[in-house]
Amino acid sequence: MTRQKKAQLGISIFFIGLLLIPFSMRYLDALRAPGILEEKAEVIERFGFYLENITEETGINFVHQRARLDSRLEHILPQISSVGASVAVSDFNKNGFPDIYFTNSDFGAPNALYMNLGDGTFIDVAAEMGIADINNEETGVSMGAIWGDINNNGFEDLLVYKWGRLALFRNDFGSGFTDISKESGLYDAGWMNANTAVWLDYNGNGYLDLFVGGYFHESVNFWNLEHTRIMPDSYEYATNGGRNYLFENQGDGTFMDVSEQVGLLQTRRWTLAAAAADLNGSGFPDLVLANDYGVDELFLNENGTGFRNASTEAGMGQIPKSGMSVAFGDILNRGQFAIYITNISEPAVLMQGNNLWTPSRRSGGELLHFRNIAVSAGVDIGEWGYGGRFVDFNNNGHLDLYVANGYVSDEPDTDYWYDYAKVVGGNRNIIMEAANWPSMNGRTFSGYQTNKLWVNDGAGRFREVAASVGAALNLDSRAVAYADLFGTGSLDLIVASQNQPVVVYRNHVKPENQWIALSLEGSISNNSAIGAIIETHWNGQVQKRAVHGGDAFSSQSMRNVHIGLGDAAKVDQIVIRWPSGQVQILEAPALNQLHHITEPEEIL
Amino acid sequence: MINQATLPKPAGFQFPKALIGPLLISATLLAAHISFGILDSWQKLMLAIGVSFLVEAVLHYLMFGNTRNMSSAYVSGISAGILIRSPFFWPFALCAAISIASKYVLRYKGRHIWNPTNFGIVMILLIASDSAAVLSIQWGNNMWAMFVIWIVGFITLYKVKKFHISAVYLLSFIFFGYIRSLITGDAFIAEIAVATGPMYQLFVLFMMTDPKTTVKSVRGQMFVAFLIAFVELFFRLGEAVFAPFYALFIVGPLALIVEDQWNEWKKRKTEAMPANATSGAINAAE
Repeated sequence: MTRQKKAQLGISIFFIGLLLIPFSMRYLDALRAPGILEEKAEVIERFGFYLENITEETGINFVHQRARLDSRLEHILPQISSVGASVAVSDFNKNGFPDIYFTNSDFGAPNALYMNLGDGTFIDVAAEMGIADINNEETGVSMGAIWGDINNNGFEDLLVYKWGRLALFRNDFGSGFTDISKESGLYDAGWMNANTAVWLDYNGNGYLDLFVGGYFHESVNFWNLEHTRIMPDSYEYATNGGRNYLFENQGDGTFMDVSEQVGLLQTRRWTLAAAAADLNGSGFPDLVLANDYGVDELFLNENGTGFRNASTEAGMGQIPKSGMSVAFGDILNRGQFAIYITNISEPAVLMQGNNLWTPSRRSGGELLHFRNIAVSAGVDIGEWGYGGRFVDFNNNGHLDLYVANGYVSDEPDTDYWYDYAKVVGGNRNIIMEAANWPSMNGRTFSGYQTNKLWVNDGAGRFREVAASVGAALNLDSRAVAYADLFGTGSLDLIVASQNQPVVVYRNHVKPENQWIALSLEGSISNNSAIGAIIETHWNGQVQKRAVHGGDAFSSQSMRNVHIGLGDAAKVDQIVIRWPSGQVQILEAPALNQLHHITEPEEIL
Repeated sequence: MINQATLPKPAGFQFPKALIGPLLISATLLAAHISFGILDSWQKLMLAIGVSFLVEAVLHYLMFGNTRNMSSAYVSGISAGILIRSPFFWPFALCAAISIASKYVLRYKGRHIWNPTNFGIVMILLIASDSAAVLSIQWGNNMWAMFVIWIVGFITLYKVKKFHISAVYLLSFIFFGYIRSLITGDAFIAEIAVATGPMYQLFVLFMMTDPKTTVKSVRGQMFVAFLIAFVELFFRLGEAVFAPFYALFIVGPLALIVEDQWNEWKKRKTEAMPANATSGAINAAE
């Protein structure tokens, strides 16, 4: 055999080896995959928890109905009318049990408020409370809702954001709600196509302000279209989205639009999700936006006077994807928030991967810099992701991750991706015109995808176990919220899906794992304590949490802060930094109970 | 005295043809990245180029015992870096390595017959579709940037006498787009929309016109370009998102083999001709 022949043989073997690499990787992944255990007790022993679908037993039978739109959009209706299923948790009547509000998105379809009866069942009281029948042609249809005590009277008020006008309902001490949209000035903010809203006290004056993110341009009224050039002008660099809003609470029940003054009108991205927390320790909440068809955005709060777009300098603003959800979590128990943003991944077509932004070594003091470690953490491929949320399912002290996914599940074994891809590859003048889009004709579009549940090993790696722990759900899930619905010291899960029924999971946690929960009530700060930062120290580690006024995608979890502690014998201390700037320290609080903490009225 | 008329004309500056491709694709990438930041990461691009260089250098040395010009490896690497989309690093390296290795393994009469990047891309789509995809969206929304890239690309192709390949392909693509719109009922503009995006720019300007893997005759080149569009029609009717890559993957090597067989046949015929002609002359004399 000549030298060249030998070389060619060797190169051929090398070439075959290259082709086998992906197969080998899949094989190894399959070997590492957790198996399916038959017995619930075995699952709990192995993973520390088990999720049981108890929707029927709870009496929650809410089914979301998507919006029907202008007939000129009928051919791509499932694609446009693909959002609106949301979930927001709050103890609206202060009876100690979390209640759940769900939105609907068709004219005449009622929203629902499921009151927790404390015996494991719920009853829909939205109609009698006056917050059911709010989807109509005059004010539009619901896209989501958030709870927050806007008047600091101790009862959580309700904001519903819409493809339409904002609706604000004052909580009348748990006995009903009064529509104060017009008096508050929010109704007059005009028509908008909002898909996210968060409460935050941006200026630290003790009253909750309101951020609202626009998706479709506010000139678009889906039931009275002037034209059909409504689609994004680019699928990664879109500049024609809806505007964003910041409404400042004037403390007298009214809100003032200060978006321009605070610097939030610089871009016109398609914002799908937002979350607020003090990320750089300045004492004021910052904003992170997940933008569809664009880059993630970080707006740093400049001491309550406005916001500065720091996306690029923080390393987050370079790679455009399809941002769908924002969640904060201290995944390594180092007292630092990571930011999880879901995107879209479809095999062989579009592989964006989700983002897990963690502080890089360049972060320090008030300087923030992030790097995306989703791949190394193993939480990158979430398919067509929507709500992604950190939850410590097994109370082991490490935040796990749940990701809702699935876009449009229609006729099985059909696919719209080809038609989608041929249009989005085109120039803006082609893709903006909805009439150019091929008809979906009942085809599935990234549908029947199974939600992801990644458990955190505490060392920076996550492992997907949804099927193993009873949580394999393949609806078109959108919004995810957690709450200790039954007072068991474990976090149960509520999943709202588009045009589909709600699912409630009861979480059975390994009883040996310890936990602690805090119910915070502001006095100088806003009563909801939204924006408070809590650092729990135990076993030489610290976990940072924030009280949120809405986060992830179209969702809000229970207000109480729940911290899993694993096998800890005690908590050394809990440091609460209230939005007012006050710092309160709880020394060695008792485990396995909910602590009600009120902000001291005097500066400590 | 020297006769000026017999002197060769001053050559002036002649740009090496081998560098035109690398320079054009680098300029395209730079313009697109500066305008829109199209690269997910420079590291992934550099990985693809680095692996291309490494594999090319090692395999060429093993095969031929010497070193070679790296312009081809550069184009393969940079193309993989631009076209592959993945949150992972390894698909970039794998695509580059497969592209280059294919040149040394899949050979017909001593030459490679697949465009290396086309082969690498198709293999990644076939074997690693759960981890990688191909660039399928447009760069920004600025029509002028798109026109500039097309114009510069076409001028360059014209200079290197390859313009006819791209022109025939594009005209055929538009024609078959019209046919598809009749068949599917979708808007004609939707059928040809992808041609306004960067994937097609890279495909038409660089991949189809690769001198090593295109047939030699101008007519043949035009016919092959038409055939690629024709085969693409069927892939598109079968809803293959990356239809042009598959079409070139099939038509490109077949065209080279057919051309070779045709040339062989002609050569044999020509070699046979003098004998026949002599024989004929004798017969005539008789």
